[in-house]
Amino acid sequence: MRYVEEFRDPKAAKALLSAIGRVADQIGAKKARPVHIMEVCGGHTHAIFRYGLDKLVHEGIEFIHGPGCPVCVLPMSRVDDCVTIAEREGVIFTTFGDAMRVPGTRKSLLQAKADGADIRMVYSPLDALELARRNPEREVVFFGLGFETTTPSTALSIQQAAREVLTNFSVFCNHITVPEPIRALLDDPHMVLDGFVGPGHVSMVIGVHAYDFIARDYGKPIVVAGFEPIDLLQSVLMVLEQIRDGRAEVENQYARVVPEHGNPVSLAAIADVYERRPRFAWRGLGEIDASGLRIREKYLAFDAEEKFGIGYAASPDDEPEGCACSAVMTGRIKPTACPQFGLGCKPETPLGALMVSSEGACAAYWTYGGARVLPRVTPEVAAQ
Amino acid sequence: MCLGIPGQIVAITDPARQMAMADVSGVRREVSLAPVADRPLEALVGEWVLIHVGFAMAVIDAQEAADTLEALRGLGEAQETLDAMAEGAKALEEQ
Repeated sequence: MRYVEEFRDPKAAKALLSAIGRVADQIGAKKARPVHIMEVCGGHTHAIFRYGLDKLVHEGIEFIHGPGCPVCVLPMSRVDDCVTIAEREGVIFTTFGDAMRVPGTRKSLLQAKADGADIRMVYSPLDALELARRNPEREVVFFGLGFETTTPSTALSIQQAAREVLTNFSVFCNHITVPEPIRALLDDPHMVLDGFVGPGHVSMVIGVHAYDFIARDYGKPIVVAGFEPIDLLQSVLMVLEQIRDGRAEVENQYARVVPEHGNPVSLAAIADVYERRPRFAWRGLGEIDASGLRIREKYLAFDAEEKFGIGYAASPDDEPEGCACSAVMTGRIKPTACPQFGLGCKPETPLGALMVSSEGACAAYWTYGGARVLPRVTPEVAAQ
Repeated sequence: MCLGIPGQIVAITDPARQMAMADVSGVRREVSLAPVADRPLEALVGEWVLIHVGFAMAVIDAQEAADTLEALRGLGEAQETLDAMAEGAKALEEQ
């Protein structure tokens, strides 16, 4: 209970932890035979480690860290494409700061910037739009990255650029979707998942029904959750109660922010600007059908892939030597079992993408306890 | 990057583009109200919104805003977002 006093409401946290313990006992969850709950969102992974929730909950509950960290699942070849665009004469390449240190096969955007490319960190695609207005002689490219939470921001920015007839603004679209990788993980016979904690801010945009298939087709519970530690504990309890009662439903723990049907303006903008790619590559997971978005033909003038002649090509499995990101991503090993964890791969000098973002599982382990745990598996075992 | 940050709408700055000035933990930042503009823009002045990469994504109440800010501070995400806003402002000035 070491961390509980840090909670905004320690009493509520303790009550929830006891309730979780009771239900876990009722369903026979044990350390040797745990209930596997996947928190899909990297923000949740960060919160779980920051507050030590994985150690506070009943020992029969194991958190499996999901693929919901956009920079962590970005294929290295797409980083290479970013560098190629950024190095073109006359380009101002704009990106969220999170993406700066993601390694490509040649270099990261941070290294490209040091080598002289005009790469600027922005807070919003609106900043990139403003740069395009102020620099009509330059080509301003925004690196569109992220799940459904972020997708409306680039869709609305492209619509705005079209209204203003800005000819020097484009988006390099790498937007991806949450439901499709969940389906892929559920179809993977090696994955054992008993329930899900769903990403709240994704559902703020797409609503809760996008997850109906999880309950209906796979018989698994999912609870859309907020980001406070209390939200997470309550969501875990709701998942366990569903398991105990033999229910599989989509429940909304975060109804104070998440409308059942999402945000209509955002959904309309996404549908207007984007269409699904037949498939898209995820670092560590391979190609997943219909999991990525591209810009529709009517907005082709704002598509950096079109403007710079960069297509989407499936990238081979191009992990750097010794990097076990894909095994961590699919839950086969814990970050600390990677031979490079804390040695060749640290947050300031990441080898794999999971160490780059604070939402990545490896960075979370490193920051909140990984340093206490030394690698305990040989490279041979990790490579299996 | 997916967490967003609460801010309070201070003034409408460009009604045609649905832009407004928000106060985010004492920092002023222009944001788009497009996703929450299902009501007259003026009605949003004084309201708390959850801001995600420059877009107001949801109207929230003052208590929710305070709780969320506290949670974000706990995760170090509040400062990270404010730093990103400062980077964005700097990027516009570079030559």
